[in-house]
Amino acid sequence: MARDFIPKIATGNDLLEGDVVYFTESGDWTRDHGDAAVAGTEEQAQALLSRASGFPQQVVGVYLAEARIVNGRPAPVHFREVFRTRGPSNYPHHGRQARA
Amino acid sequence: MYDYTDFDAAFVRNRVAEFRDQVARRLDGSLTEDEFKPLRLMNGLYLQLHAYMLRVAIPYGTLNARKMRQLAHIADTWDKGYGHFTTRQNIQFNWPKLRDVPDILDALADVGLHAIQTSGNCIRNVTADHFAGAAADEIEDPRPTAELIRQWSTDHPEFAYLPRKFKVAVTGSPNDRAVTKAHDIGLRMLRDETGAPGYEVIVGGGLGRTPMIGKVVRDFLPKADLLPYLEAILRVYNLSGRRDNKYKARIKILVHETGLEEIRDLIEAEFQRTRAELPPVDPALLSSIEAAFAPPALARRPVPDLSRADAGLRSFIDTNVMAHRDPDHAIVSVSMKPVGGTPGDATSDQMRALADIAERYSHDELRISHEQNVILPHVHRADLPAVYDALRAAGLATANIGLVSDIIACPGMDYCALATARSIPIAQQIGTTFADLDAQADIGPLKIKISGCINACGHHHVGHIGVLGLDRAGVENYQITLGGDGTETATLGERTGPGFAYDEIVPAITRLIETYLRLREDRSETFLQAYRRLGMAPFKDALYAQERRADAA
Repeated sequence: MARDFIPKIATGNDLLEGDVVYFTESGDWTRDHGDAAVAGTEEQAQALLSRASGFPQQVVGVYLAEARIVNGRPAPVHFREVFRTRGPSNYPHHGRQARA
Repeated sequence: MYDYTDFDAAFVRNRVAEFRDQVARRLDGSLTEDEFKPLRLMNGLYLQLHAYMLRVAIPYGTLNARKMRQLAHIADTWDKGYGHFTTRQNIQFNWPKLRDVPDILDALADVGLHAIQTSGNCIRNVTADHFAGAAADEIEDPRPTAELIRQWSTDHPEFAYLPRKFKVAVTGSPNDRAVTKAHDIGLRMLRDETGAPGYEVIVGGGLGRTPMIGKVVRDFLPKADLLPYLEAILRVYNLSGRRDNKYKARIKILVHETGLEEIRDLIEAEFQRTRAELPPVDPALLSSIEAAFAPPALARRPVPDLSRADAGLRSFIDTNVMAHRDPDHAIVSVSMKPVGGTPGDATSDQMRALADIAERYSHDELRISHEQNVILPHVHRADLPAVYDALRAAGLATANIGLVSDIIACPGMDYCALATARSIPIAQQIGTTFADLDAQADIGPLKIKISGCINACGHHHVGHIGVLGLDRAGVENYQITLGGDGTETATLGERTGPGFAYDEIVPAITRLIETYLRLREDRSETFLQAYRRLGMAPFKDALYAQERRADAA
């Protein structure tokens, strides 16, 4: 039996700053994981990856990451992606968590 | 302190200018990321989890105050006010912006530092004993050898695209503080029966996915033959090392698959050819390098009796102060592992404090150790109280060198794109659990080393207790190895069994230490000695007995 498809988002790193960014439905890049566009099927995921890969002067290392939907917004599944949303655990004042 | 020649300085400046142009072309779209990535890696610039990371070489771990202050300036100007000292005597900046990196490299060049060959499949920063030139047990200072290798290997056209990265370490002492047996090439300085200096040459060591202890390929290599012999080893590796599989591309795999005798024959045959072609090192050049590492003129002053000093200073002296070749002097190891801190991290203020202390009390010399600590190599014993006070004021007087909280930890998944689990929080928790220095002293010498992935940057295979963080079905999981040793008696640790969850690993390590304390013969028997006497069984019981009882119930 085929496994249920796990929703995906497209993510990468900003070319200039190096920090983590997510591709949105409107075709922009955001620093907020919750604003990422979500692909609900494999076809949608490949299309999302294709669109997100079209910004080589803005974002590098684009890939698909698993997400789950919480209150209608995507949340990371794998612990690596959780860490990417907040920053290093040894310095709570560094990375995105500093703005929390 | 070896200073750049005009040639070195011009070479580094040219590389910075070249990279500045490459960054500009990346930013204007002339270069794609695929084209740019190998160029930035050649200049030590990685893209990590949250940001770029710049790895700066500290050749043979040696710094002076001016260089250390410049690192502090870079940390303040282009980063977040700190730097991270690594297990390969480098410093890494975790938050540079791409557009700033050429300026950072220029600032490094201002003081004779650079990031060349800190990445890529080339001969990396040559490392050496961090007590070089000071240790009481030293046969000869290994740094002139390391500097000679740096000059030979920098931009060596034949060895710029090896099958994989290539690491060389040199020790000048019989007590190996450079982990020479876990390097692609390890050089141990010794003298033959006539007193002539030379090297024992060890090849094919390395940690990572397939850990191996290096094998002696030459019992004694005369000093004059060093470069042709290295060239022969590299040539054999470059021609015969595997390129079809990056995990099998290291020289350790070539040595293992070819066999020591055959690889020795290949190297010796190539050596005979190379020696006939490669001109000998210019004696004047060699003399100038050796002169640059001449020992400082040590002052003759009375040595006070510090046995009645306050408890903090006495504890610091007992733990962090090592024998110098001059009995009136001492080597001070500064722990970069405060309780709850990140192993190897120094703030810019701490870097400046270390620079001030080195300038005033250690003949303007500092070393970075592979254990992620900072060394003040030439401190007069009369100055130990003042050095201790200055270190304490900078938050750098933790008296835990060689003890349970003096942990090597790679950056792990808090920073590294390759990591599969975090390392730093585990080290922090162990440090906090065993914060009491008296308890640490009671436990005695114990090396815990933590890696956040199979690449083993945290040297976990040679930790008395090694911890390897892995991803098990999307959850952080930590395997334990026991009995590793990175010294002249190097051995690889043995895996205990199944791994532990993130919140189970520190209690598991606590159980190991409690077991050691219960079973040791007396306080003089170290953890490693007890493990070698007792074997794995009692420690395995301590780790897994609870699970076995639960299974039986």
